[in-house]
Amino acid sequence: MVTNTEKATSYSQQQLALDQMFKDINPALSARQAGIESSRCYYCYDAPCIKACPSKINIPSFIASIHSDDLTGAARTIYQENIMGGSCARVCPTEILCEQACVRNKEEEKAPVKIGLLQRHATDNATFEGHPFERAASTGKKVAVVGAGPAGLSCAHRLALLGNDVEVFEAESKAGGLNEYGIAKYKLTENFAQKEVDFILSIGGITLHTDTALGKDITLEQLKNDFDAVFLSIGLQDTQSLRLDNEDNADVINSVEYIKELRQATDLEQLSIPKDSAVVIGAGNTAIDIACQLKRLGTEEVTLVYRRGEEQMSATKHEQQIAKDHQVRIKTWSRPEQIHTDENGKLTGMSFRKTYLENGKLEDKAEQFDIDCSAIFKAVGQKLNYPEAEQLIPTISNGKIATFHNQLTSIDGVFAGGDCTGVGQDLTVEAVQQGKLAALAIQQQLNSSEVK
Amino acid sequence: MADLSIEFAGIKSPNPFWLASAPPTDKAYNVERAFEAGWGGVVWKTLGEDPAAVNVSSRYSALYDHNGDVSGFNNIELITDRSLEINLQEITMVKKKWPDRAMIVSLMMPCEEEIWKDILEKVEKTGADGIELNFGCPHGMPERGMGAAVGQVPEYVEMVTRWCKTYSSLPVIVKLTPNITDIRFAARAAKKGGADAVSLINTINSITGIDLDQMAARPIVDGKSTHGGYCGPAVKPIALNMVAEIARDPETTGLPISGIGGIGNWHDAAEFMALGSGCVQVCTAAMIYGFDIVKEMKIGLSNWMDTKGYKKITDFQGMAVPNTTDWKYLNMNYKVIAEIDQDKCIGCGRCYSSCEDTSHQAIELTSLADGTNSFEVIDDECVGCNLCEITCPVDNCITMVKQPAEQPYMNWTEDPRNPHREVS
Repeated sequence: MVTNTEKATSYSQQQLALDQMFKDINPALSARQAGIESSRCYYCYDAPCIKACPSKINIPSFIASIHSDDLTGAARTIYQENIMGGSCARVCPTEILCEQACVRNKEEEKAPVKIGLLQRHATDNATFEGHPFERAASTGKKVAVVGAGPAGLSCAHRLALLGNDVEVFEAESKAGGLNEYGIAKYKLTENFAQKEVDFILSIGGITLHTDTALGKDITLEQLKNDFDAVFLSIGLQDTQSLRLDNEDNADVINSVEYIKELRQATDLEQLSIPKDSAVVIGAGNTAIDIACQLKRLGTEEVTLVYRRGEEQMSATKHEQQIAKDHQVRIKTWSRPEQIHTDENGKLTGMSFRKTYLENGKLEDKAEQFDIDCSAIFKAVGQKLNYPEAEQLIPTISNGKIATFHNQLTSIDGVFAGGDCTGVGQDLTVEAVQQGKLAALAIQQQLNSSEVK
Repeated sequence: MADLSIEFAGIKSPNPFWLASAPPTDKAYNVERAFEAGWGGVVWKTLGEDPAAVNVSSRYSALYDHNGDVSGFNNIELITDRSLEINLQEITMVKKKWPDRAMIVSLMMPCEEEIWKDILEKVEKTGADGIELNFGCPHGMPERGMGAAVGQVPEYVEMVTRWCKTYSSLPVIVKLTPNITDIRFAARAAKKGGADAVSLINTINSITGIDLDQMAARPIVDGKSTHGGYCGPAVKPIALNMVAEIARDPETTGLPISGIGGIGNWHDAAEFMALGSGCVQVCTAAMIYGFDIVKEMKIGLSNWMDTKGYKKITDFQGMAVPNTTDWKYLNMNYKVIAEIDQDKCIGCGRCYSSCEDTSHQAIELTSLADGTNSFEVIDDECVGCNLCEITCPVDNCITMVKQPAEQPYMNWTEDPRNPHREVS
């Protein structure tokens, strides 16, 4: 990806050393590999991979373009539906999306086309003169986007493309959301998240305000007054609790926060790394991410503990394999019971109770066991913490912002998408799609209000 | 184990795999390496009058398939660029050293009887087993009145062939150019001139592609190019047809044929033999993969012959010739219909889009509850064209099933729908 505003980044020796520990887990294809791989696509009719892609990328078309040496055409096809095609190519669980749907799984070869890697090949190597798309003539409309994660950036880009002026408000000091702060370091390397942000903003018409938080620096009420529409993509702010004593111990760590620190670190010295043993509680991709990253940072023993079995883990089989490849020990059917500290309040370990399923209900066994550890990493899910200071709050349902038809919230003119809403599995690609759909819905609403 | 040895137009060879007259048979070093690898014979790269031809730099170009393998190959090389004397010395030496292998010498001379008489005497002294007349080279040489310039005029073919039969006791193989409208005329002329055999096809006039930056055809010689001669797997269908045309032409029936054109494995070779070829010549495959490929060709052909119970090549040679006929003799009452094996179908929908867009709308798409599609043939609409079977990427998923014959054999000459039918 070539952007106009690509910032020159000079790396320190420490940064280089750190990057060395977090090399790309899934290296890019060579041109030759991409040529061979692209020839494997059958160019299906009504292709199952497109149906399986949350952002509806025309996959056979971009692969055919790769095969005919038109990487720019391939990348444009990808960006048409998904402006974050570069990061999605790296972080999408393709094994449960497009690649799972690939018809080549069903034939004797039993190997899907490597769609994710081909998408990366196209987006990494395409060359555009400036931005790939040209903005439509100005509509004179202004839209506010709250949160510069994948949903917000996708929405802002689509709105700008359609000729609107967009202002994006981001609570953190950098845009990118979880791509910048939350994705495992070995999945998005070499400052990719920021390069992608620059690329997206290079379309023009988008003003980014960082360090500007909803409920603190801006209010929804005010945005509603100042803009023609508002899109909320504020993500999830809090971690679920284990509901155990001593959970407030300094060495019981929120995984998301730790990954954030790790991703922003420029030197190993800035991190507190458990030396001998760490326990990770959880079964999702964040749990896998933190466990593997701890191994790469040098923690001797990392044990991932989950109260149910491998089958029930929300981390995909592919992710579980990554953990095994990193020599992470996975203990299933074990429920956290106690957090142990010594007389000085220092964390010493954790007790677990063995569990089993009976009639769909998780039951305790008599058996217990302890794991000694100097840190516990919680990765048991995130939750929404809507800014308390806000007066105007959209309807929250099941702990998330409720959306109705076309990403509209309960408030007229206020749309929402991404992890803060209750649709989907909180995947990056779903956030991008929700941002895109919201932008189209906003555009439709702005057009119809014009007619009136 | 099957006996692969042959006697072709009086020339004995331990196996039917010869290297065609081309760069691989340019000199003693290459030819000896080929014999070491196991080739049954070679047709030495075409000899001409001294001074020897001079070649340009950048000589080959190719057409590639999906995986980047060469499917078509093009060259603008001329005949040998070494002196006649050296070639004749090396031919003599190699033949002496490898007496059991077939040594054929390819020749291209101006159309003057004396010149031919002179060269034929020299070739005979080398101990070679036969000569092949290069009437096919499509590039460079025709501009000088030789190669395809001769092969394209049946009268010239006959005349030069007759000179060769007059001044040489060696078997004469006439190599035919495909750059004509009807291959049978040249074959008939060769036979009339007394040829012992024909070999075909020589290369086809070709441009493999254009370099869109330099705006020139490949291979590029200082910004310019010229058409070359095309060979390799892509020309096999053209070669097979021409071989069949000669094999089933009453005027050339029984004339030995050395099959050439895109042969890269035993299967290709067997196909040429089924259409009447007594031996085959290989070039492109050896140029891409090296001489060792003859090993698998020999083993493969032998194994296949064993499974079929064929003891020697002549047991199956020409067996497909009677089944190659004119369109008008095909059975109008024969019908096949496509059948999709639902257990094997992977749901790619290629059969549907090809039939729906470009054929007879004979496949029905049903959207299933799980978001996938299923495909069924509409029997009444299917004309049995094979397109779906061809586009289907899964082996034996779509098969063409023969329908019970409602009427006996009836060809177009007898068909009441034919306004010009022959009334019996």
